[in-house]
Amino acid sequence: MKHLLSTTDLSRGDAILILDTAEEMAAVGEREVKKLPALRGRTVVNLFFEDSTRTRISFEAAAKRLSADVINFAAKGSSVSKGESLKDTAQTLEAMSADAVVIRHWASGAPARLASSDWIDAAVINAGDGTHEHPTQALLDAFTLRRHWAALAGTSPGGSDLRGMSVAIVGDVLHSRVARSNLWLLKTLGADVTLVAPPTLLPVGVDSWPCRVNYNLDEVLQSGPDAVMMLRLQGERMNAAFFPSTREYSRRWGFDDARLATLDAAGGRSTVIMHPGPMNRGLEISSAAADSPRSTILAQVRNGVSVRMAVLYLLLSGDSSGEPGRIPTPILQENPA
Amino acid sequence: MSVKYIIKDAAMADGSHADLLVADGRIMETGASLSAAGATILDADGLLALPGMVDLHTHLREPGREDAETVETGTRAAALGGFTAVHAMANSMPVADTAGVVEQVFSLGRRAGWVEVRPVGAVTVGLAGERLAELGAMADSRAQVRVFSDDGLCVHDPVLMRRALEYVKAFDGVVAQHAQEPRLTAGAQMNEGAVSAVLGLTGWPAVAEESIIARDVLLAQHVGSRLHVCHVSTAGSVEIIRWAKGRGINVTAEVTPHHLLLTDDLVHSWNPVYKVNPPLRTAEDVTALREALADGTIDIVGTDHAPHPSEHKECEWAQAAMGMTGLETALSVVQHSMIETGLMNWADFARVTSSRAAEIGRVGGQGRPLAAGEPANITLVDPAARWTVAPDKMATKGRNSPFAGLELPGAVQATFFRGHPTVLDGMLNTPHPSAVEDSAWM
Ligand SMILES: [Zn+2]
Repeated sequence: MKHLLSTTDLSRGDAILILDTAEEMAAVGEREVKKLPALRGRTVVNLFFEDSTRTRISFEAAAKRLSADVINFAAKGSSVSKGESLKDTAQTLEAMSADAVVIRHWASGAPARLASSDWIDAAVINAGDGTHEHPTQALLDAFTLRRHWAALAGTSPGGSDLRGMSVAIVGDVLHSRVARSNLWLLKTLGADVTLVAPPTLLPVGVDSWPCRVNYNLDEVLQSGPDAVMMLRLQGERMNAAFFPSTREYSRRWGFDDARLATLDAAGGRSTVIMHPGPMNRGLEISSAAADSPRSTILAQVRNGVSVRMAVLYLLLSGDSSGEPGRIPTPILQENPA
Repeated sequence: MSVKYIIKDAAMADGSHADLLVADGRIMETGASLSAAGATILDADGLLALPGMVDLHTHLREPGREDAETVETGTRAAALGGFTAVHAMANSMPVADTAGVVEQVFSLGRRAGWVEVRPVGAVTVGLAGERLAELGAMADSRAQVRVFSDDGLCVHDPVLMRRALEYVKAFDGVVAQHAQEPRLTAGAQMNEGAVSAVLGLTGWPAVAEESIIARDVLLAQHVGSRLHVCHVSTAGSVEIIRWAKGRGINVTAEVTPHHLLLTDDLVHSWNPVYKVNPPLRTAEDVTALREALADGTIDIVGTDHAPHPSEHKECEWAQAAMGMTGLETALSVVQHSMIETGLMNWADFARVTSSRAAEIGRVGGQGRPLAAGEPANITLVDPAARWTVAPDKMATKGRNSPFAGLELPGAVQATFFRGHPTVLDGMLNTPHPSAVEDSAWM
């Protein structure tokens, strides 16, 4: 693995290695000194063609905890928007000896384009591209789900997958890179996925995806999923005839107080509610749901740093053949300067 | 004293063999063992003699985008590809929507001298789809325009389309429609289907093409006009055209070489060389297009040769320009996908790449049989050759060939344009001698 572009490229072994490594990174995060020397002297560039403070901060924290040098390159509002091309930007970063480029781009496929070009040698990490994929989000979601699943079983998450788990992904699947990355990764890890959305917000071609599709959220909630992942509804969808009004959307596909109450009344199952953030409270998710004990939203943010540390570590400290090595145990014992 | 050529022992499209004596721009004689004093002999043993290819759909980019292509470079590419006539699409800058611009393009073609350049006139002023361009003035100009198209854009207003179809009857013109419903394709990046769903690229539904074709064949029927459908790309479009022809509607249709071979699976590479309008479709569509070309539902192959400067393709998919080069690969791609698959023979090839295209475009002197007295527009092909496509070695300025690296059959050995070899031994020779007599601005 030289790049992380999509969860479709991740084998089960790769995915579990990343999640296990992230568990080790999480352990570091609980120590008093949260820093590892693993990537000292390496340069990680956050190349953001689209604003996302939360994703950038998460990658920045991850890189810094591994002692990497971090350069933030907000391509929006810089020379790039004045016509400097992705190619020129990439060559500039190459000249600056970037070891990894974390790229967020409004255009689907931009990270893959960068990785397959001869413009730059660095490892490319997709931090969200258009409506294509957001693989580290899916990995942190899987990390969160795996901990939940293991806790229910009374085991430790290390080495395990999500076999037997049922996950509902609810909302604007058509435009969601989070939904796509999650679907492929959840399938690889053995989970069962149901997509819940208005028919207008599902892609033509969804029938060839390895999941079930249901237009009725209540029906899916009654089936007792182990996790419900709510997707963010983007503002620009609201006036493009995908649905009649945000109120109607919210009534049919929002996780509101009534649905939370129904879920609680049904008892038994410890269904968790997830959201990749930022939330539109009162639209796709109610405040009561977002703040309930079922919500994993803050845990997801926390886990994001551990997962991104694992990805950076595995991509940058693997041997030159590009094979990620097992994380050498001594590194975790070493006392950072 | 005129220059004479004897093409010795060429195979004809019907499988027979003959010598062709070429002089004064014409085929003077055909038969066995011809001889003529002072004639240059071309040994055509193992070669096929075909009528010079006629492209109804070429983007030569001049005037305005000379960084992408010029009439000179585009027509060199055409000659090397076996063409003796090309139709230059109207989406230049300025748009070819006046007699002045079409005459300029016509003159540039005459002066280049590699092939006959037939300008296409825009249907609407500035391709804006709002009011008719001066179609009659373009028809009456020195360029004698007969094909009108807003190609690149669809004449989507049904009333305007109806009027255009009616109006061009006055001078036996044809409207060549780029069938793309604009509202259904806003922001579209690739064929809408299984691949676009996974890649998260805005889909370009087949229905956006099919609904316009359905509307236009009904309009053509209603007003009794002639309609040509550019670059048909879906199985559904084929069905509609087949239905229309069955009803006696006067519609003709074209398919590009790339739509006969490539599918949207290639977009997984994110390489914008595969970005084109209409988009690459599915394997089922490719099969339907091949069958339609073989059975005559689709009349002709049109290259939609669309060169772009490399910076327009060296970028993100969404930022990249749409279009592919095609003049120098058309023959080989059609041989590969239609002849080597057994769907067509070389006589069919001559029909779909030459005679039928000349009929649709009303190009006299092109697409004629290789017979005594006919104009000497001839392509000599080595069907047994195999070659690997290398865009860097092409005559077109465009490096955006989707066939780069592919090994393809069939090579153009020589092209005779009005009796003069523009291509010999597979390489450019010289332009037609009359070229020097033409000024670009007269
Ligand atoms: Zn077109």
